[in-house]
Amino acid sequence: MRRLIATLVLIVLMIVPARADLQSAVDALGSAKMDALEAVIKTLAGEPGPVPATVLGALADGKLYVRKSDQKVVIVAEEAGGFALTDPVTGASAGTVAAGEVSKIRINNALRRAIKAAAGGSALASPDPAKRLEAAQAVLKSRDASALPAIDAALAQETDAKVKAALQLAQAAALLGSDRPDTEKIAAISTLAATGSRDVLPVLAGAAEGQGDVALAARTAISGIETSLAFWNMGQNIWFGISLGSVLLLAAVGLAITFGVMGVINMAHGELVMLGGYSTFVVQEVIRNHAPGLFDASLFIALPIAFLVAAMAGLVIERLVIRPLYGRPLETLLATWGVSLILQQTIRMIFGPTNREVGNPSWASGAFELGQLSITYNRLWLVIFSLIVFFALYAVLNKTWFGLQMRAVTQNRRMASAIGIKTPWIGALTFAVGSGIAGIAGVGLSQIDNVSPDLGQSYSIDSFMVVVFGGVGNIWGTLVAAMTLGIINKLLEPFAGAVLGKILVLVFIILFIQKRPRGLFALKGRFVEA
Amino acid sequence: MRRATFIAACIIAAMAILVPVLNLWVPADSALHIPDHLVPLLGKYLCFAILALALDLAWGYCGILSLGHGAFFALGGYAMGMYLMRQIGSRGVYANPILPDFMVFLNWKDLPWYWYGFDMFWFAAIMVMLVPGLLAFVFGWFAFRSRVTGVYLSIITQALTYALLLAFFRNDMGFGGNNGLTDFKDILGFNIQSQGTRAALFAATALTLAAFLLMLQWIVASRLGKVMVAVRDAESRTRFIGYRVEHVKLFAFTLSAVMAGVAGALYVPQVGIINPGEFSPANSIEIVIWSAVGGRGTLVGPIIGALTVNAGKSYFTAAFPDAWLLVLGALFVCVTLFLPRGIVGTLSEWWEKRPQRTAAQAPVASMEAAQ
Repeated sequence: MRRLIATLVLIVLMIVPARADLQSAVDALGSAKMDALEAVIKTLAGEPGPVPATVLGALADGKLYVRKSDQKVVIVAEEAGGFALTDPVTGASAGTVAAGEVSKIRINNALRRAIKAAAGGSALASPDPAKRLEAAQAVLKSRDASALPAIDAALAQETDAKVKAALQLAQAAALLGSDRPDTEKIAAISTLAATGSRDVLPVLAGAAEGQGDVALAARTAISGIETSLAFWNMGQNIWFGISLGSVLLLAAVGLAITFGVMGVINMAHGELVMLGGYSTFVVQEVIRNHAPGLFDASLFIALPIAFLVAAMAGLVIERLVIRPLYGRPLETLLATWGVSLILQQTIRMIFGPTNREVGNPSWASGAFELGQLSITYNRLWLVIFSLIVFFALYAVLNKTWFGLQMRAVTQNRRMASAIGIKTPWIGALTFAVGSGIAGIAGVGLSQIDNVSPDLGQSYSIDSFMVVVFGGVGNIWGTLVAAMTLGIINKLLEPFAGAVLGKILVLVFIILFIQKRPRGLFALKGRFVEA
Repeated sequence: MRRATFIAACIIAAMAILVPVLNLWVPADSALHIPDHLVPLLGKYLCFAILALALDLAWGYCGILSLGHGAFFALGGYAMGMYLMRQIGSRGVYANPILPDFMVFLNWKDLPWYWYGFDMFWFAAIMVMLVPGLLAFVFGWFAFRSRVTGVYLSIITQALTYALLLAFFRNDMGFGGNNGLTDFKDILGFNIQSQGTRAALFAATALTLAAFLLMLQWIVASRLGKVMVAVRDAESRTRFIGYRVEHVKLFAFTLSAVMAGVAGALYVPQVGIINPGEFSPANSIEIVIWSAVGGRGTLVGPIIGALTVNAGKSYFTAAFPDAWLLVLGALFVCVTLFLPRGIVGTLSEWWEKRPQRTAAQAPVASMEAAQ
């Protein structure tokens, strides 16, 4: 019991002087002149606990008043018939008065800024880690030296690692703005430089002005950070390039089979991709209306459906249009262009000409940071997905009986027929598989692009470019070509702009075809001209 | 075929006189009067006919399926459009005597160098032929020398027009960006909106078409024309015989591009606008179907094809706007599957077969038809 009383006394003893300081600081707000107010605000902000933040907030909002009768500072809320008063320190109600009995503490813009900076300092003591983090970042931006004591105090008792790191940066930034000795400043610069982040550049730039060791250290740090940023930037562009390359790969890999392996020009390839996108849309609509819980699995349900829809469409195209024109590639080109127009218009008449929304499942939304790279999940999955599709196709072509027959038909149709391969069926199946893969590509592309009747057209020229560039009859060529074109495109973009970059890539391909008419990985051997 | 070509050229030349007369001097209530809105429309069709004829020279006679002929057409159109823009002078919205409106809007201070000279008609007229011709020459020089043939050539011509489409959409290019060139005031000092100018433009288009038709008839019937057909049918064999296949192809491709450029130049004053949409790959493919419908490898065919398909397009887009693309798509499929020689090719085949039954009575007719 005695011990308890002793503890209580101790607590009271600790609190009372603190509260007394706080009280006097708050009272000073009421009595100080305008030009002395800034100093008072800073003193107040240096006090611990949540009260300074409340008071300063009220001051900034114009809710802090002085009671004329006893010069007491109060927080005011407007009420019918007068003002409700609250004691700012204790938070207790102080009654209601008429409007004439209190006068507002007036502030100007300079003070508002001071309050804002000071509030940052006091928010550093907030119990909410998110608020502390925000306050630390605010100090990093403002580089306010007066926040330094508050930061030092906050840093001493910070436990959250993330906030602590932010506080250290804020401390270093504030240090640079203060009049501490140069050795401390140089240490602060190395703390800042160690992050390599874009955010610390303005802080360092401020310190780099003028002469002396500090400025020199800051300049070195800046150039170091800029080099590493350029490096990360390059990395980011390469990642964008890989991501674009995987889009191209998805769009082109089906074409690599129908055009590359079978030699059939299918101008409706893009429309088969579009059918895949619309299959995803329909599947998601059904799920939304009947089984919303399955939404995260919608893409897996859409995959086989899109494959089947596109493969059936491909089979019909093959039987009706491509088969009769076998061996006349230019006519095939024209007829399949006609098919693409019909498919586009049919879809437009069924689903309307506007974009249809295909949602991202929860596992494919959001992003994460890898160093200075920002990687979105849908792009990451798309890259993985395109590689899976590619290698699955590669395995089918090279490791299965069907693939063997298919390659035989491709290389020498008559010989294959002579040894008993049903060439017409293999042709039809190959075309259906190529078309089905276009449908699967549509599922993937629906995650990053609008599903509209024109979806296919935007990919059709690009995917032909990829196949032609990579070399007809070789799906490795398609992989290399897609990634190369994707990365070249994205690396050109910062210098040339998106459109000019694309034009340059097209011109590059046109010139490349002149040099190597059969593409990057040309087939060699007897069946080349066949 | 030679006789059919001459008849067609005469009909077109007669139209050059007849349509302006029926439009300008026959009273409006007469049954023979051609309404004012129809004259530029017919003129537009004839421009397309020139374009289809140009493509037919490359595709029908030399086997070069270009999916980028719309690019040459549009380049010719832009050259003419630049002349017409310079003719506006200070009558534009911003009343700048030199700079076209869109440049003032973009805050440009000086005329870009490639706009110099376009205030003179003769210069523009040369550019109309030179720019598409030069592009086709350079492109063809590289492509044919490296023996890029068949579908590869088709696809890279498509890439060419696609690249130009993207380029002309850019405002920095100095060709009006998305909006293109429009709001023309006059041509050679005549008001471009007036009925007389329109009739004159129509007559010029028809006469150009007739002249091109006769020129191509002359080329096709010459030795060079025979070599072109040989290249189309058996390229390797022609090369082994000793002809420089790439030179023949280059000639056909370049001449064809020049004709397309002229068609574009005649098209722009009649429709009053040129924008990057003309470069779109879909437009270029449509040209191919005009030739295919009419009959490639014949000279009259592409003209008939361009006229019927475009008349059909005008009708369908007004009456059943949704159905036009379906009809166009079906046209592509059906013509390639069931009518590979097109309307004219199929008719002349039928005409050639008919006299065999009555060979005794009409040996002369069969000989003429065989020609």
